[in-house]
This record gives sequence, structure tokens and C-alpha cells, in this order.
Amino acid sequence: MSRVTSPLDLLRVMVRIRAFEEAVGELFVRGGTAGTMLHLSIGEEGAAAGFGLAMRPGDTFTTHHRGHGVFLARGGDPRRMMAEIAGKAAGSCRGRGGSMHIADVTLGHLGANAIVGGGIPHVVGAALAARHLGSGNVSVAFFGDGAMQQGVLYESMNLAALWRLPVVFACVNNQYGMGTRIDRAAASLDFDARARAFGLRGVTVDASDATAVFETATQVLADAREGRPALVTLDCFRFYGHARKDRSPYRTEEEEREGRSRDPVARLADRLRGEDVLDDDTLTAMRDDARREMDDAVAFALAAPPPDLAALHEDVYAPDRPAPPSVDAYHALVYPEGEARA
Amino acid sequence: MTTAVDTTTYRDALREALREGLRRDPHVVILGEEVGRYGGAYGVTSGLLDEFGEDRVLDTPISEAGIVGAAVGAALAGLRPVVELMYVDFAALAMDQIVNQAAKARSMFGGQTGVPLVLRTQGGTGRSAGAQHSQSLEAWFLHTPGLRLYVPATVTDAHHLLLAALREPDPVVFVEHKALYTTRSDLGAHAPPPGVSVRRREGRDVTVVTYSRMLHRCLDAAQALAARGVEADVIDLRTLCPLDLEPVVASARRTGRVLIVTEDTLTGGVSAELAARVTELAFDWLEEPPMRLAGEDVPIPVAPALEEASVPTPLRIERAALRLLGRRA
Ligand SMILES: Cc1ncc(C[n+]2csc(CCOP(=O)(O)OP(=O)(O)O)c2C)c(N)n1
Ligand SMILES: [Mg+2]
Repeated sequence: MSRVTSPLDLLRVMVRIRAFEEAVGELFVRGGTAGTMLHLSIGEEGAAAGFGLAMRPGDTFTTHHRGHGVFLARGGDPRRMMAEIAGKAAGSCRGRGGSMHIADVTLGHLGANAIVGGGIPHVVGAALAARHLGSGNVSVAFFGDGAMQQGVLYESMNLAALWRLPVVFACVNNQYGMGTRIDRAAASLDFDARARAFGLRGVTVDASDATAVFETATQVLADAREGRPALVTLDCFRFYGHARKDRSPYRTEEEEREGRSRDPVARLADRLRGEDVLDDDTLTAMRDDARREMDDAVAFALAAPPPDLAALHEDVYAPDRPAPPSVDAYHALVYPEGEARA
Repeated sequence: MTTAVDTTTYRDALREALREGLRRDPHVVILGEEVGRYGGAYGVTSGLLDEFGEDRVLDTPISEAGIVGAAVGAALAGLRPVVELMYVDFAALAMDQIVNQAAKARSMFGGQTGVPLVLRTQGGTGRSAGAQHSQSLEAWFLHTPGLRLYVPATVTDAHHLLLAALREPDPVVFVEHKALYTTRSDLGAHAPPPGVSVRRREGRDVTVVTYSRMLHRCLDAAQALAARGVEADVIDLRTLCPLDLEPVVASARRTGRVLIVTEDTLTGGVSAELAARVTELAFDWLEEPPMRLAGEDVPIPVAPALEEASVPTPLRIERAALRLLGRRA
């Protein structure tokens, strides 16, 4: 464990992620989120916190549609995240992106993607940029096990290995892509072998163990910084449905029970209690703090004003370039009101 | 209002067509992400796996280029595959297989072969699904010779056009609308074949041309216009390839004014092709240039109010028609 990150830090971040996901899930039930495409990362906190805290400021990353956790672990502001998910102008993407497209470039986040695999090749280019600019930064792609079956991953792995780029491909293997368990999507589950076949290092780590993730991540990030890219598979379990509404009828109760027993938050908390590093009061206080923080974020999102309809055409192009004209403006040009030419 | 005969949803109508296709032709296979156990992201294929088994209904990994490409190969080799592409936005990942492969094989190989493939997908706004899950991309396919393009608006057409697609010798891109799956009506025993546009409402003042979900918004607008004494002639194109503009031209000759309403973006969109053709075919009868009311030239935002502001609404259609007629809204 590094000097600056303690197991308690990992636990605190995981508790905050869980609290965020629970709060946003409730916001959904109250009808406060934009649309229904809300994908919670409960059960994946070990992957998000373990990897996220091992990264350095300046490192860039892309995330997938289940990216709230990683984003929080990298310093995402819950208020602006919650406002974004609520579709408010105060959101980090002005309410344009929503849950699947949260981004804050000031944190090195290059964007969250709703196209499975869409963000993977970006880290190849970001690493190329890092090397070109001499920043010393690594670029990390977070994606799901579903993306392991997208061709673009293999093009990206090959490029990263070929060019010896500071890249880490981080697969959050929560065992499912929607209703399809990974063993129904791939004949070989040896993801490390896939990496090796392309000349990358391949490592699988049990992501219910946040400290193990942290240690592995620290190591592969250091290697990547030296031009040795890797694929890391973060093995975990998606505790709930694919989206907030999905009740996972395709899984047995037993499978869910067993999967949820791999709870990264409980696992680290139990361990730290056993080591006398944590007592119940501290844990309760940590949870209460997180709950308060996320309740405040929800209140902020709910109180935020709705987006300005007049701003619809902004940000399609750079602000110093003309915005595309609205259809109305075009009509006004062609058909001046009240002056039919007939 | 739901009446006794409004028993079938757009979703059910599609499923029944697939079921009938699977029953009558052993060469029909369905493949796509979550089409089997999950029953389809929008529930269209629900129950088909149980009924027809894993040889006919295949769950695939998330590999759009591979899935569509495999379907092209299956079609070349004697099957009649139906691919479900969960969102039309994901066509971007399979575009080579659609455009350079499926659409080209017959012509490029001198008519020796064909690709009897149905690519079912869905598009459009209405669920705050964001910029990568809400687009209307039919112009991409319209722009590609070799593809058929069906865009059903009604429950009856969803059923009968899909059945017709399953009889086509060439690839059909069949674009459903995500906001229509729960609409209901009588299934209807028949529908005109592809390539026949249908007048959904008669009126003498303005011709309104549309398809897919925008039909319903145009009909709502037509009602509001009627209250102002304006009678709209509303024509549903149903299929964009083949395209039947005869009723549009006939109507334009009577009204002299044509309003084209599409959900896809204005620039380079389907409405551009339609406006060009209406102008060419009905030039002497037009009082005004055909008016295009289409999606705004922006990526679709997730915030519901912004999303709705980016596409034609009944109110905007009504106002556009009044402007075209030279009246103040
Ligand atoms: C290219 C593409 N295909 C399909 C989808 C629909 N879809 C969204 S999430 C998902 C499952 C993804 O599974 P995984 O990559 O394991 O991520 P998880 O949801 O488990 O976090 C699918 C099929 C999509 N968004 N993009
Ligand atoms: Mg997964």
C-alpha cells in the first residue's frame, strides 16, 4: 500500500460510491433522473476505488455506461454528477449527457460512453498524446466484460502493444452484459491469454478485494508508464439489474446471493475491524457522512433550474464558431411570416 | 381511446410477424443481442426462444460488426436471417457490413447472388436515452443503393411490412420507433405492400408528408389545424425504398403546399430528398417551396425538455403549417 492511500481511504471511497448509487437509485424511483438508462455500479466499488485511487493526477481515462464509481473515485463532484443525471444545466455536461455520459475533463476524464467499447480506442490516442507531449501520464480505459467481444478492443490492444504505449485496459468483469452471463458470450474466459496473444501483460484480480485491486493497479500503472501496456480484469459481480428497472429474472436467487456475498465494502470493513483499524462507530460515521453528502447532492440536483431551451444549439461546434441555425430560424428565412408569396 | 379492437401493440404486431415468418419458412433465423432469454431490449422477441429453440433464435455477444456480417454470410449461403440491432445508433459499428457488403453483393457479383437479410432496429427520441441512443439515421440507408428501407408508423404496418420484408430477396433495413412499441390498435388483416404510400387523413389546404412516429404527431397537429379551419392531407410514406410519391404529388396539385415532417436532422436528411423530388415533380403546382420540418441539427440531449425541443412536436407542426399557409399562429 502506498504512503498516501490507506485502506481506510479505499473504504471511504467505496462507501461514498455505494451511497451515491443508492441515492441516485432513489432519485430514479422518484422520477428525478433523465430517462431510464441508469446503470448502478453496486458490487463494483472495489474495482472503482482500487483502480481509481492508484491512478495519478494527470492520468486520463474513459469509462463505460456504468461509470459512476470510477468517476467518483477519481474525484468527481457528486453534486454536479447528480445534477447531470437529473438532466439539469448545473450538471457537468450541462444536462446534455446524463448518467451514461458523465464527464469532467478537469479530472482527466475523457468521457463516458454508451456505445459498448466506444471509449476503448480513445486511451490509445490519449497515451500517444501523453508520450508526444511528454506528460508521463497513463491512460486507462474502463469497460465491461461485454466489450471483451467487441473487435475494437483487439485493434486497440494491438496498437498499444505495437507502439508500447502507457495504456491500461481495465475490464470490469461483473459477469453479465445485460441478461447474458459472460460464459454465454465467450467460449474462452481466459482474458489474460487474450492480452498475451497481443503482446500485453494480462492480469486478473478479485475485485471484491479493494486492496488487491489497488496493489495490482499500482504495479500495472507503473509498468504502463514505462511503455508496457496491460489488460487488467477486475473480477466482481453486478449486484442488481442491468439498469435500475431490470430485476434480473435470468438469474437464480442462489446465484445472486452468492454473488452479493462478494461485497467489496463489507469485505474490507470486516478485515479492518478484525485488524482493529476500524471500529463500528467510525464505520457508522463514515456511512452517515456519505449519506449526508449524497442527500445534499440530490437536493442540489432537484433544486437546480431546468436547462435553458434557448441553449439547444450551443456546443455543437466551438463557442467562437457559428451555431447551427434552428429549424425555426431557417423557416423564418424561407417563409417570412404572414407574407405568403402566392 | 382504447376500444375493444385495440388489442394489439406495435411490439406484439412485430412479434407475430416474426413468429409467422419462423413458422412458415424454416430458413428464417433470428440473431442479435438479448433476443433470446431476455426477450429483446424492447420485448419484441419475447417468447420466441422457448417456442422455436436455440437453433432459430440466437443470442449473440456484443459484436455488431460480426453479427451483421455473419447474417450477410448466412443470407448468401441460403438462410433468411433476421438481425436485431438493439439501437439504430449501433449501425455505425456494423456499417461496413451493411453498406459495403449486404448492399453490394447482388450488383457487384453480377446478379449471381443476393442477401435476403432483414435488419430490424429501432430509433428516435422519446425515452431520454441520450445522444448515442436516440438518433434517426434512416438517411444513411436511403443513401445506399441496394438496401430497402421500411419505416412503419402503425400497428398494422409493423406487422404486414415485417412479413413483407421476410419475403424480400434483398436486404431490408426495418426501422421501428422506440416510442411506438406500446401503441395499440387492431392488427388488421391486410395492408398495402411496400412502396405504396397511404393517405391517413384527407384535407384540401396543405399536404403533410411523413412516416414512422411523426405520423402520429402530424395527425395530432392536423386535428388542431382543423379547429382553426385548416384541413391537412396527411400522407404516410410507410417505406422510403421503395418510395411512392404519387399520392404526394397528386395531393400537392390540389393543395399547392407541401409540409414534410421527419424526426431525422434537417441537413442532409430524408426531408431533403423528399423536398427535392416534390419540387421536381410538382413544381408548376406549388405555391411555396416545400417546407421541411425536421430534427434540429444537434446531437440529441438527454434532458427531457431539450430532447423534445430537438424534434418536431404537434405544436411545432401546427405552427409550421400555418406559416406555410401564410397565416399567423
Ligand atoms: C455497441 C453497443 N451494443 C449494444 C449496446 C447495448 N448495451 C448496453 S449495455 C450492454 C451490456 C454491456 O455489458 P458490459 O460491457 O459487461 O457492461 P455492464 O453493463 O455489465 O457494466 C449492452 C448490450 C450498446 N450500448 N452499445
Ligand atoms: Mg458486465
